[in-house]
Amino acid sequence: MSALLKINNLHIFYGSIEALKGISLEVNEGEIVTVLGANGAGKSTLLRAISGLLPIKKGKIEFEEKELNNVPAFEIVMRGISHVPEGRKVFATLTVEENLNLGAFTDRKNAKLVSERKERVYNLFPILEKRKNQLSGTLSGGEQQMLAIGRGLMSNPRMLLLDEPSLGLAPLLVKQIFKIIYEINSQGIAILLVEQNARKALGIAHRGYILETGNISISGLSPELKNNKKVQEAYLGGAALKKIK
Amino acid sequence: MRIFLEQMINGLTIGSFYALIALGYSMVYGVMKLINFAHGDLFALGSYLGFTLLVWGNAYVTTNFGLAGGMIAAMLIAAIGIGMAGILVERIAYRPIYPAGRLPAVVSALGVSIFLENMIMVIWGPRYQAYPVNVVPTVRFEIGGIHITLLQIIILILSFILLAFLYYIIQKTTFGAAIRASALDRDTAALMGININTVIFFIFALGPALGGTAGVMVGMYYRQISFTMGWNYGLKAFTATILGGIGNIPGAMVGGLLLGIFEMLGSAYISTAYKDVFVFLILILVLIFRPRGLLGEKIAEKV
Repeated sequence: MSALLKINNLHIFYGSIEALKGISLEVNEGEIVTVLGANGAGKSTLLRAISGLLPIKKGKIEFEEKELNNVPAFEIVMRGISHVPEGRKVFATLTVEENLNLGAFTDRKNAKLVSERKERVYNLFPILEKRKNQLSGTLSGGEQQMLAIGRGLMSNPRMLLLDEPSLGLAPLLVKQIFKIIYEINSQGIAILLVEQNARKALGIAHRGYILETGNISISGLSPELKNNKKVQEAYLGGAALKKIK
Repeated sequence: MRIFLEQMINGLTIGSFYALIALGYSMVYGVMKLINFAHGDLFALGSYLGFTLLVWGNAYVTTNFGLAGGMIAAMLIAAIGIGMAGILVERIAYRPIYPAGRLPAVVSALGVSIFLENMIMVIWGPRYQAYPVNVVPTVRFEIGGIHITLLQIIILILSFILLAFLYYIIQKTTFGAAIRASALDRDTAALMGININTVIFFIFALGPALGGTAGVMVGMYYRQISFTMGWNYGLKAFTATILGGIGNIPGAMVGGLLLGIFEMLGSAYISTAYKDVFVFLILILVLIFRPRGLLGEKIAEKV
Protein backbone atom coordinates (compact mmCIF):
# COMPACT_ATOMS: atom_id res chain seq x y z
CA MET A 1 0.00 0.00 0.00
CA SER A 2 1.26 3.44 -0.84
CA ALA A 3 0.60 6.53 1.21
CA LEU A 4 -2.25 8.57 -0.24
CA LEU A 5 -1.90 11.41 2.22
CA LYS A 6 1.41 12.15 3.82
CA ILE A 7 1.88 14.83 6.45
CA ASN A 8 5.35 15.68 7.62
CA ASN A 9 6.22 17.85 10.63
CA LEU A 10 3.18 20.13 10.28
CA HIS A 11 3.05 23.35 12.31
CA ILE A 12 -0.06 25.51 12.37
CA PHE A 13 -0.40 28.81 14.18
CA TYR A 14 -3.40 30.92 15.16
CA GLY A 15 -1.67 34.27 15.55
CA SER A 16 1.14 33.49 17.96
CA ILE A 17 -0.52 30.39 19.39
CA GLU A 18 0.80 27.15 18.03
CA ALA A 19 -2.12 24.76 17.49
CA LEU A 20 -0.19 21.94 15.81
CA LYS A 21 3.38 21.47 16.95
CA GLY A 22 4.98 19.41 14.26
CA ILE A 23 2.79 16.41 13.59
CA SER A 24 3.37 13.69 11.03
CA LEU A 25 0.83 11.15 9.84
CA GLU A 26 -0.08 9.06 6.85
CA VAL A 27 -3.24 7.71 5.34
CA ASN A 28 -2.86 4.84 2.91
CA GLU A 29 -5.13 4.06 0.03
CA GLY A 30 -8.36 2.42 1.10
CA GLU A 31 -7.72 2.96 4.80
CA ILE A 32 -9.81 4.37 7.59
CA VAL A 33 -7.55 6.33 9.89
CA THR A 34 -8.88 8.01 12.98
CA VAL A 35 -7.45 10.92 14.92
CA LEU A 36 -8.63 10.95 18.52
CA GLY A 37 -8.21 13.61 21.10
CA ALA A 38 -9.90 15.89 23.56
CA ASN A 39 -11.49 19.23 22.75
CA GLY A 40 -8.84 21.72 21.68
CA ALA A 41 -6.23 19.09 20.90
CA GLY A 42 -6.05 20.35 17.32
CA LYS A 43 -8.10 17.73 15.50
CA SER A 44 -10.21 20.15 13.47
CA THR A 45 -7.16 22.32 12.88
CA LEU A 46 -5.49 19.34 11.25
CA LEU A 47 -8.38 18.78 8.85
CA ARG A 48 -8.71 22.49 8.09
CA ALA A 49 -5.01 22.62 7.29
CA ILE A 50 -5.27 19.68 4.91
CA SER A 51 -8.15 21.25 3.02
CA GLY A 52 -6.38 24.58 2.68
CA LEU A 53 -8.48 26.66 5.07
CA LEU A 54 -5.47 27.46 7.26
CA PRO A 55 -2.05 28.71 6.19
CA ILE A 56 0.78 26.26 6.72
CA LYS A 57 3.67 27.79 8.57
CA LYS A 58 6.06 24.87 8.52
CA GLY A 59 5.97 21.29 7.36
CA LYS A 60 4.56 19.58 4.33
CA ILE A 61 1.29 18.00 3.24
CA GLU A 62 1.36 15.71 0.23
CA PHE A 63 -1.54 13.99 -1.49
CA GLU A 64 -0.83 11.43 -4.17
CA GLU A 65 2.79 12.58 -4.01
CA LYS A 66 1.86 16.16 -4.91
CA GLU A 67 2.39 18.97 -2.44
CA LEU A 68 -0.76 20.60 -1.06
CA ASN A 69 0.92 23.49 0.76
CA ASN A 70 -0.29 26.80 -0.67
CA VAL A 71 -2.99 25.16 -2.78
CA PRO A 72 -6.11 27.29 -2.12
CA ALA A 73 -9.04 25.55 -0.44
CA PHE A 74 -11.27 25.65 -3.51
CA GLU A 75 -8.68 23.68 -5.50
CA ILE A 76 -8.13 20.99 -2.88
CA VAL A 77 -11.48 19.41 -3.68
CA MET A 78 -10.41 19.05 -7.32
CA ARG A 79 -7.37 17.09 -6.15
CA GLY A 80 -9.70 14.45 -4.73
CA ILE A 81 -10.07 15.41 -1.08
CA SER A 82 -13.49 16.17 0.32
CA HIS A 83 -13.93 17.70 3.75
CA VAL A 84 -17.13 17.22 5.77
CA PRO A 85 -16.75 19.94 8.38
CA GLU A 86 -17.51 19.84 12.06
CA GLY A 87 -21.10 20.75 12.91
CA ARG A 88 -22.26 19.63 9.42
CA LYS A 89 -22.31 23.18 8.02
CA VAL A 90 -25.08 22.50 5.54
CA PHE A 91 -26.23 25.63 3.71
CA ALA A 92 -29.39 26.12 5.76
CA THR A 93 -31.40 28.32 3.39
CA LEU A 94 -30.62 26.15 0.38
CA THR A 95 -32.58 23.04 -0.44
CA VAL A 96 -31.20 19.57 0.10
CA GLU A 97 -30.76 19.12 -3.62
CA GLU A 98 -28.97 22.46 -4.00
CA ASN A 99 -26.59 21.44 -1.22
CA LEU A 100 -25.82 18.23 -3.06
CA ASN A 101 -25.35 20.07 -6.35
CA LEU A 102 -22.82 22.33 -4.68
CA GLY A 103 -20.91 19.27 -3.54
CA ALA A 104 -20.27 18.64 -7.22
CA PHE A 105 -19.70 22.32 -7.98
CA THR A 106 -16.46 21.77 -9.88
CA ASP A 107 -18.23 19.31 -12.20
CA ARG A 108 -21.40 21.41 -12.55
CA LYS A 109 -21.10 21.62 -16.34
CA ASN A 110 -21.57 17.86 -16.61
CA ALA A 111 -25.24 17.45 -15.69
CA LYS A 112 -25.27 13.71 -16.34
CA LEU A 113 -22.34 13.09 -14.01
CA VAL A 114 -23.95 15.21 -11.30
CA SER A 115 -27.26 13.38 -11.46
CA GLU A 116 -25.50 9.98 -11.44
CA ARG A 117 -23.65 10.91 -8.28
CA LYS A 118 -26.82 12.27 -6.75
CA GLU A 119 -28.48 8.92 -7.45
CA ARG A 120 -25.64 7.22 -5.59
CA VAL A 121 -26.03 9.53 -2.60
CA TYR A 122 -29.80 8.94 -2.59
CA ASN A 123 -29.17 5.20 -2.57
CA LEU A 124 -26.92 5.59 0.43
CA PHE A 125 -29.32 7.99 2.20
CA PRO A 126 -32.87 7.40 0.90
CA ILE A 127 -34.27 10.00 3.31
CA LEU A 128 -32.42 12.74 1.42
CA GLU A 129 -34.31 11.96 -1.77
CA LYS A 130 -37.59 12.30 0.09
CA ARG A 131 -36.46 15.66 1.44
CA LYS A 132 -34.69 16.95 -1.65
CA ASN A 133 -36.86 20.05 -2.09
CA GLN A 134 -36.84 20.94 1.60
CA LEU A 135 -34.60 23.69 2.98
CA SER A 136 -31.71 21.90 4.63
CA GLY A 137 -32.00 24.04 7.77
CA THR A 138 -35.30 22.30 8.49
CA LEU A 139 -33.75 18.81 8.60
CA SER A 140 -33.07 16.99 11.85
CA GLY A 141 -29.50 16.79 13.13
CA GLY A 142 -29.02 13.25 11.84
CA GLU A 143 -30.43 14.12 8.43
CA GLN A 144 -28.15 17.14 8.25
CA GLN A 145 -25.16 14.91 8.98
CA MET A 146 -26.26 12.57 6.21
CA LEU A 147 -26.59 15.55 3.88
CA ALA A 148 -23.13 16.81 4.84
CA ILE A 149 -21.59 13.40 4.13
CA GLY A 150 -23.61 13.02 0.93
CA ARG A 151 -22.52 16.47 -0.20
CA GLY A 152 -18.93 15.46 0.52
CA LEU A 153 -19.32 12.43 -1.72
CA MET A 154 -20.68 14.47 -4.62
CA SER A 155 -17.19 15.48 -5.74
CA ASN A 156 -16.33 11.79 -6.14
CA PRO A 157 -13.36 12.07 -3.77
CA ARG A 158 -10.48 9.63 -3.29
CA MET A 159 -10.37 10.64 0.33
CA LEU A 160 -12.97 11.91 2.76
CA LEU A 161 -12.12 14.04 5.78
CA LEU A 162 -14.80 13.59 8.43
CA ASP A 163 -14.87 15.95 11.39
CA GLU A 164 -16.85 14.55 14.33
CA PRO A 165 -19.71 13.01 12.37
CA SER A 166 -21.27 11.66 15.58
CA LEU A 167 -21.41 15.05 17.30
CA GLY A 168 -24.73 15.61 19.05
CA LEU A 169 -26.46 12.57 17.57
CA ALA A 170 -28.54 9.95 19.36
CA PRO A 171 -26.76 6.58 19.86
CA LEU A 172 -28.88 4.82 17.25
CA LEU A 173 -28.04 7.44 14.65
CA VAL A 174 -24.37 7.30 15.58
CA LYS A 175 -24.43 3.59 14.88
CA GLN A 176 -26.07 4.20 11.52
CA ILE A 177 -23.59 6.92 10.53
CA PHE A 178 -20.62 4.71 11.41
CA LYS A 179 -22.12 1.88 9.39
CA ILE A 180 -22.34 4.19 6.41
CA ILE A 181 -18.77 5.40 6.89
CA TYR A 182 -17.70 1.78 6.76
CA GLU A 183 -19.76 1.28 3.60
CA ILE A 184 -18.23 4.33 1.92
CA ASN A 185 -14.77 3.05 2.77
CA SER A 186 -15.54 -0.36 1.29
CA GLN A 187 -16.16 1.43 -2.02
CA GLY A 188 -12.47 2.35 -2.00
CA ILE A 189 -12.57 5.82 -0.51
CA ALA A 190 -9.91 6.46 2.10
CA ILE A 191 -11.18 8.15 5.26
CA LEU A 192 -9.53 10.37 7.80
CA LEU A 193 -11.91 10.42 10.72
CA VAL A 194 -11.64 12.88 13.58
CA GLU A 195 -13.69 11.80 16.57
CA GLN A 196 -14.31 12.21 20.26
CA ASN A 197 -16.19 8.96 20.34
CA ALA A 198 -13.03 6.86 20.57
CA ARG A 199 -14.71 3.52 21.06
CA LYS A 200 -16.80 3.84 17.89
CA ALA A 201 -13.96 5.31 15.87
CA LEU A 202 -11.48 2.57 16.81
CA GLY A 203 -14.24 0.09 16.06
CA ILE A 204 -14.14 0.86 12.34
CA ALA A 205 -10.68 2.37 11.81
CA HIS A 206 -7.65 0.41 10.67
CA ARG A 207 -5.25 2.69 12.45
CA GLY A 208 -5.36 5.62 14.79
CA TYR A 209 -3.43 8.56 16.15
CA ILE A 210 -3.89 10.20 19.52
CA LEU A 211 -3.55 13.97 19.37
CA GLU A 212 -2.72 15.77 22.62
CA THR A 213 -2.39 19.58 22.68
CA GLY A 214 -0.87 19.77 19.23
CA ASN A 215 1.33 16.67 19.39
CA ILE A 216 0.77 13.08 18.41
CA SER A 217 1.39 11.14 21.59
CA ILE A 218 0.48 7.60 20.54
CA SER A 219 -0.20 5.92 17.21
CA GLY A 220 -0.79 2.40 16.07
CA LEU A 221 -3.25 -0.14 14.71
CA SER A 222 -6.72 0.05 16.20
CA PRO A 223 -6.46 -3.18 18.25
CA GLU A 224 -3.16 -1.95 19.70
CA LEU A 225 -4.70 1.35 20.68
CA LYS A 226 -7.73 -0.34 22.20
CA ASN A 227 -5.42 -2.36 24.42
CA ASN A 228 -3.14 0.52 25.28
CA LYS A 229 -3.50 1.43 28.97
CA LYS A 230 -3.10 5.15 28.44
CA VAL A 231 -5.65 5.21 25.63
CA GLN A 232 -8.09 3.19 27.70
CA GLU A 233 -7.78 5.54 30.63
CA ALA A 234 -7.95 8.78 28.73
CA TYR A 235 -10.32 8.01 25.87
CA LEU A 236 -12.21 4.79 26.46
CA GLY A 237 -13.58 5.65 29.87
CA GLY A 238 -11.03 3.58 31.78
CA ALA A 239 -10.22 6.33 34.22
CA ALA A 240 -13.83 6.88 35.09
CA LEU A 241 -14.33 3.17 35.65
CA LYS A 242 -11.37 3.02 37.99
CA LYS A 243 -12.76 5.86 40.06
CA ILE A 244 -16.10 4.12 40.45
CA LYS A 245 -14.36 0.96 41.56
CA MET B 1 -60.00 53.98 -9.72
CA ARG B 2 -58.42 55.38 -12.88
CA ILE B 3 -56.03 57.51 -10.87
CA PHE B 4 -55.23 54.54 -8.69
CA LEU B 5 -54.37 52.30 -11.63
CA GLU B 6 -52.35 54.99 -13.35
CA GLN B 7 -50.42 55.61 -10.17
CA MET B 8 -49.84 51.89 -9.87
CA ILE B 9 -48.26 51.91 -13.33
CA ASN B 10 -46.16 54.94 -12.45
CA GLY B 11 -45.22 53.26 -9.19
CA LEU B 12 -44.22 50.04 -10.92
CA THR B 13 -42.11 52.02 -13.36
CA ILE B 14 -40.06 53.82 -10.76
CA GLY B 15 -40.25 50.74 -8.56
CA SER B 16 -38.45 48.77 -11.24
CA PHE B 17 -35.64 51.36 -11.15
CA TYR B 18 -35.36 50.88 -7.39
CA ALA B 19 -35.49 47.10 -7.78
CA LEU B 20 -32.71 47.06 -10.37
CA ILE B 21 -30.49 49.24 -8.18
CA ALA B 22 -31.44 47.39 -4.99
CA LEU B 23 -30.17 44.10 -6.38
CA GLY B 24 -26.64 45.48 -6.42
CA TYR B 25 -26.81 46.46 -2.76
CA SER B 26 -28.34 43.16 -1.80
CA MET B 27 -25.91 40.91 -3.67
CA VAL B 28 -22.86 42.74 -2.37
CA TYR B 29 -24.19 42.83 1.17
CA GLY B 30 -25.13 39.17 1.06
CA VAL B 31 -21.67 37.97 0.12
CA MET B 32 -19.40 40.68 1.52
CA LYS B 33 -21.49 41.99 4.46
CA LEU B 34 -20.57 45.38 3.03
CA ILE B 35 -22.98 48.20 2.24
CA ASN B 36 -21.61 49.43 -1.04
CA PHE B 37 -22.43 53.12 -0.69
CA ALA B 38 -20.73 53.75 -4.03
CA HIS B 39 -23.44 51.76 -5.78
CA GLY B 40 -25.82 54.72 -6.15
CA ASP B 41 -23.09 56.78 -7.77
CA LEU B 42 -22.23 53.96 -10.14
CA PHE B 43 -25.88 54.11 -11.16
CA ALA B 44 -25.52 57.86 -11.75
CA LEU B 45 -22.36 57.28 -13.76
CA GLY B 46 -24.33 54.83 -15.91
CA SER B 47 -26.94 57.47 -16.51
CA TYR B 48 -24.26 59.93 -17.67
CA LEU B 49 -22.56 57.35 -19.87
CA GLY B 50 -25.88 56.70 -21.59
CA PHE B 51 -26.45 60.44 -21.85
CA THR B 52 -23.09 60.96 -23.52
CA LEU B 53 -23.70 58.21 -26.01
CA LEU B 54 -27.17 59.46 -26.88
CA VAL B 55 -25.98 63.04 -27.28
CA TRP B 56 -22.72 62.44 -29.14
CA GLY B 57 -23.47 59.24 -30.91
CA ASN B 58 -27.18 59.56 -31.35
CA ALA B 59 -27.11 60.79 -34.95
CA TYR B 60 -24.76 58.00 -35.99
CA VAL B 61 -26.45 55.21 -34.07
CA THR B 62 -30.03 56.12 -34.91
CA THR B 63 -29.34 56.54 -38.62
CA ASN B 64 -27.70 53.12 -38.70
CA PHE B 65 -29.68 51.15 -36.17
CA GLY B 66 -32.87 53.12 -35.69
CA LEU B 67 -34.29 54.58 -32.50
CA ALA B 68 -34.44 51.25 -30.74
CA GLY B 69 -30.79 50.68 -31.64
CA GLY B 70 -29.80 53.95 -29.99
CA MET B 71 -31.61 53.03 -26.81
CA ILE B 72 -30.21 49.53 -26.68
CA ALA B 73 -26.69 50.76 -27.43
CA ALA B 74 -26.90 53.30 -24.60
CA MET B 75 -28.06 50.64 -22.15
CA LEU B 76 -25.48 48.12 -23.24
CA ILE B 77 -22.63 50.58 -23.00
CA ALA B 78 -23.84 51.74 -19.59
CA ALA B 79 -24.15 48.13 -18.43
CA ILE B 80 -20.70 47.08 -19.63
CA GLY B 81 -18.99 50.32 -18.59
CA ILE B 82 -20.52 50.34 -15.11
CA GLY B 83 -19.91 46.61 -14.69
CA MET B 84 -16.23 47.27 -15.29
CA ALA B 85 -16.33 50.30 -12.99
CA GLY B 86 -17.85 48.10 -10.27
CA ILE B 87 -15.00 45.61 -10.55
CA LEU B 88 -12.48 48.45 -10.51
CA VAL B 89 -14.01 49.95 -7.36
CA GLU B 90 -13.82 46.58 -5.62
CA ARG B 91 -10.18 46.05 -6.61
CA ILE B 92 -8.99 49.54 -5.73
CA ALA B 93 -11.09 50.61 -2.78
CA TYR B 94 -12.31 47.44 -1.02
CA ARG B 95 -10.04 44.49 -1.60
CA PRO B 96 -6.90 46.00 -0.01
CA ILE B 97 -8.75 46.75 3.23
CA TYR B 98 -10.83 43.57 3.75
CA PRO B 99 -8.31 42.31 6.31
CA ALA B 100 -8.95 45.45 8.39
CA GLY B 101 -12.58 44.41 8.98
CA ARG B 102 -16.00 45.53 7.89
CA LEU B 103 -16.16 49.09 9.15
CA PRO B 104 -13.13 50.44 7.25
CA ALA B 105 -14.61 49.03 4.04
CA VAL B 106 -17.86 50.92 4.67
CA VAL B 107 -15.91 54.13 5.20
CA SER B 108 -14.02 53.43 2.00
CA ALA B 109 -17.34 52.91 0.22
CA LEU B 110 -18.48 56.35 1.39
CA GLY B 111 -15.21 57.74 0.10
CA VAL B 112 -15.74 56.19 -3.31
CA SER B 113 -19.27 57.58 -3.35
CA ILE B 114 -18.02 61.13 -2.75
CA PHE B 115 -15.24 60.64 -5.29
CA LEU B 116 -17.59 59.40 -8.02
CA GLU B 117 -20.13 62.14 -7.38
CA ASN B 118 -17.46 64.80 -7.73
CA MET B 119 -15.93 63.09 -10.73
CA ILE B 120 -19.28 63.25 -12.50
CA MET B 121 -19.57 66.93 -11.58
CA VAL B 122 -16.09 67.68 -12.94
CA ILE B 123 -16.63 65.80 -16.19
CA TRP B 124 -20.24 66.73 -17.00
CA GLY B 125 -20.64 69.90 -14.99
CA PRO B 126 -22.77 70.82 -11.99
CA ARG B 127 -25.86 71.80 -14.02
CA TYR B 128 -28.71 69.47 -14.88
CA GLN B 129 -28.23 67.65 -18.15
CA ALA B 130 -31.15 66.72 -20.36
CA TYR B 131 -31.55 63.43 -22.19
CA PRO B 132 -32.52 63.89 -25.86
CA VAL B 133 -36.27 63.80 -26.52
CA ASN B 134 -36.30 61.57 -29.52
CA VAL B 135 -34.91 58.37 -27.99
CA VAL B 136 -38.33 56.84 -27.63
CA PRO B 137 -41.24 58.44 -29.52
CA THR B 138 -43.67 60.05 -27.10
CA VAL B 139 -46.61 57.81 -27.83
CA ARG B 140 -49.41 57.44 -25.31
CA PHE B 141 -51.81 54.55 -25.24
CA GLU B 142 -55.19 54.50 -23.64
CA ILE B 143 -56.37 51.18 -22.33
CA GLY B 144 -59.78 51.30 -20.64
CA GLY B 145 -59.30 54.95 -19.78
CA ILE B 146 -55.83 54.38 -18.32
CA HIS B 147 -52.96 56.25 -19.89
CA ILE B 148 -49.65 54.52 -20.38
CA THR B 149 -46.74 55.72 -22.47
CA LEU B 150 -44.68 53.64 -24.87
CA LEU B 151 -41.62 54.44 -22.79
CA GLN B 152 -43.28 53.06 -19.67
CA ILE B 153 -44.16 49.87 -21.49
CA ILE B 154 -40.59 49.50 -22.72
CA ILE B 155 -39.16 50.16 -19.25
CA LEU B 156 -41.54 47.73 -17.58
CA ILE B 157 -40.85 44.95 -20.08
CA LEU B 158 -37.08 45.45 -20.04
CA SER B 159 -36.92 45.59 -16.25
CA PHE B 160 -39.07 42.52 -15.99
CA ILE B 161 -36.74 40.64 -18.34
CA LEU B 162 -33.67 41.74 -16.40
CA LEU B 163 -35.20 40.87 -13.03
CA ALA B 164 -36.36 37.47 -14.29
CA PHE B 165 -32.91 36.82 -15.75
CA LEU B 166 -31.20 37.63 -12.47
CA TYR B 167 -33.74 35.67 -10.46
CA TYR B 168 -33.08 32.67 -12.67
CA ILE B 169 -29.31 32.90 -12.29
CA ILE B 170 -29.35 33.35 -8.53
CA GLN B 171 -32.18 31.00 -7.58
CA LYS B 172 -32.11 28.30 -10.24
CA THR B 173 -28.53 27.66 -11.34
CA THR B 174 -25.76 25.92 -9.45
CA PHE B 175 -23.59 29.02 -9.81
CA GLY B 176 -26.38 31.02 -8.18
CA ALA B 177 -26.54 28.48 -5.38
CA ALA B 178 -22.78 28.96 -5.02
CA ILE B 179 -23.31 32.70 -4.58
CA ARG B 180 -25.96 32.09 -1.93
CA ALA B 181 -23.73 29.51 -0.24
CA SER B 182 -20.79 31.94 -0.19
CA ALA B 183 -23.06 34.47 1.49
CA LEU B 184 -23.95 31.94 4.20
CA ASP B 185 -20.56 30.38 4.95
CA ARG B 186 -17.48 31.26 2.97
CA ASP B 187 -15.21 28.54 4.37
CA THR B 188 -17.63 25.74 3.69
CA ALA B 189 -18.29 27.17 0.23
CA ALA B 190 -14.55 26.95 -0.44
CA LEU B 191 -14.64 23.29 0.60
CA MET B 192 -17.14 22.76 -2.24
CA GLY B 193 -14.58 24.11 -4.71
CA ILE B 194 -16.18 27.54 -4.98
CA ASN B 195 -13.62 30.26 -5.67
CA ILE B 196 -14.77 33.26 -3.66
CA ASN B 197 -12.93 35.63 -5.97
CA THR B 198 -15.01 34.48 -8.92
CA VAL B 199 -18.14 35.11 -6.88
CA ILE B 200 -16.93 38.57 -5.85
CA PHE B 201 -16.02 39.41 -9.45
CA PHE B 202 -19.46 38.32 -10.58
CA ILE B 203 -21.48 40.28 -8.01
CA PHE B 204 -19.41 43.44 -8.45
CA ALA B 205 -19.85 43.24 -12.21
CA LEU B 206 -23.49 42.25 -12.39
CA GLY B 207 -24.92 44.49 -9.65
CA PRO B 208 -23.45 47.72 -11.07
CA ALA B 209 -24.28 46.60 -14.63
CA LEU B 210 -27.96 46.42 -13.67
CA GLY B 211 -27.62 49.74 -11.85
CA GLY B 212 -26.05 51.35 -14.91
CA THR B 213 -28.89 50.12 -17.10
CA ALA B 214 -31.36 51.56 -14.62
CA GLY B 215 -29.43 54.83 -14.89
CA VAL B 216 -30.17 55.04 -18.61
CA MET B 217 -33.82 54.17 -17.99
CA VAL B 218 -34.13 56.92 -15.38
CA GLY B 219 -32.53 59.37 -17.80
CA MET B 220 -34.98 58.47 -20.52
CA TYR B 221 -37.95 58.54 -18.15
CA TYR B 222 -37.31 61.83 -16.34
CA ARG B 223 -35.07 63.26 -19.09
CA GLN B 224 -33.23 65.31 -16.48
CA ILE B 225 -30.15 64.04 -14.68
CA SER B 226 -27.84 65.61 -12.15
CA PHE B 227 -24.61 64.58 -10.49
CA THR B 228 -26.35 64.21 -7.13
CA MET B 229 -28.89 61.68 -8.42
CA GLY B 230 -26.78 58.75 -7.21
CA TRP B 231 -27.24 59.67 -3.59
CA ASN B 232 -30.99 60.19 -3.90
CA TYR B 233 -31.75 56.98 -5.84
CA GLY B 234 -29.12 55.05 -3.96
CA LEU B 235 -30.75 55.84 -0.63
CA LYS B 236 -34.19 54.84 -1.89
CA ALA B 237 -32.93 51.64 -3.45
CA PHE B 238 -31.13 50.90 -0.21
CA THR B 239 -34.44 51.40 1.60
CA ALA B 240 -36.00 48.95 -0.84
CA THR B 241 -33.26 46.47 0.00
CA ILE B 242 -34.01 46.78 3.71
CA LEU B 243 -37.74 46.56 3.03
CA GLY B 244 -37.35 43.27 1.16
CA GLY B 245 -34.71 41.85 3.49
CA ILE B 246 -31.08 42.68 2.84
CA GLY B 247 -29.10 39.91 1.21
CA ASN B 248 -32.27 38.39 -0.20
CA ILE B 249 -32.51 38.61 -3.99
CA PRO B 250 -36.27 38.17 -4.46
CA GLY B 251 -36.66 40.51 -1.48
CA ALA B 252 -34.76 43.29 -3.23
CA MET B 253 -37.04 42.97 -6.26
CA VAL B 254 -40.26 42.96 -4.24
CA GLY B 255 -38.96 45.74 -1.99
CA GLY B 256 -38.11 47.95 -4.95
CA LEU B 257 -41.45 47.51 -6.66
CA LEU B 258 -43.41 48.04 -3.43
CA LEU B 259 -41.43 51.15 -2.59
CA GLY B 260 -42.14 52.66 -6.00
CA ILE B 261 -45.85 51.97 -5.58
CA PHE B 262 -45.94 53.44 -2.04
CA GLU B 263 -44.15 56.52 -3.23
CA MET B 264 -46.52 57.12 -6.14
CA LEU B 265 -49.71 56.35 -4.21
CA GLY B 266 -48.51 58.56 -1.39
CA SER B 267 -47.82 61.46 -3.69
CA ALA B 268 -51.11 61.00 -5.54
CA TYR B 269 -53.41 60.74 -2.53
CA ILE B 270 -51.58 62.73 0.12
CA SER B 271 -49.00 65.13 -1.19
CA THR B 272 -46.24 65.16 -3.78
CA ALA B 273 -44.15 67.33 -1.53
CA TYR B 274 -43.94 64.53 1.01
CA LYS B 275 -43.21 61.65 -1.35
CA ASP B 276 -39.71 61.11 0.06
CA VAL B 277 -41.17 61.16 3.55
CA PHE B 278 -43.31 58.07 2.76
CA VAL B 279 -40.25 56.22 1.59
CA PHE B 280 -38.27 56.86 4.73
CA LEU B 281 -41.28 56.39 6.96
CA ILE B 282 -41.50 52.90 5.53
CA LEU B 283 -37.82 52.39 6.25
CA ILE B 284 -38.35 53.38 9.88
CA LEU B 285 -41.44 51.18 10.26
CA VAL B 286 -39.67 48.18 8.77
CA LEU B 287 -36.69 48.70 11.03
CA ILE B 288 -38.97 48.85 14.07
CA PHE B 289 -41.40 46.04 13.31
CA ARG B 290 -39.62 43.72 10.94
CA PRO B 291 -35.88 44.37 10.94
CA ARG B 292 -35.23 41.34 8.78
CA GLY B 293 -37.37 42.77 6.01
CA LEU B 294 -40.44 41.30 4.32
CA LEU B 295 -38.75 38.23 2.86
CA GLY B 296 -35.79 38.09 5.20
CA GLU B 297 -36.98 35.03 7.05
CA LYS B 298 -34.13 33.39 8.86
CA ILE B 299 -33.97 29.68 9.39
CA ALA B 300 -32.04 28.65 12.44
CA GLU B 301 -29.22 26.26 11.78
CA LYS B 302 -29.48 23.16 13.89
CA VAL B 303 -26.41 22.22 15.82
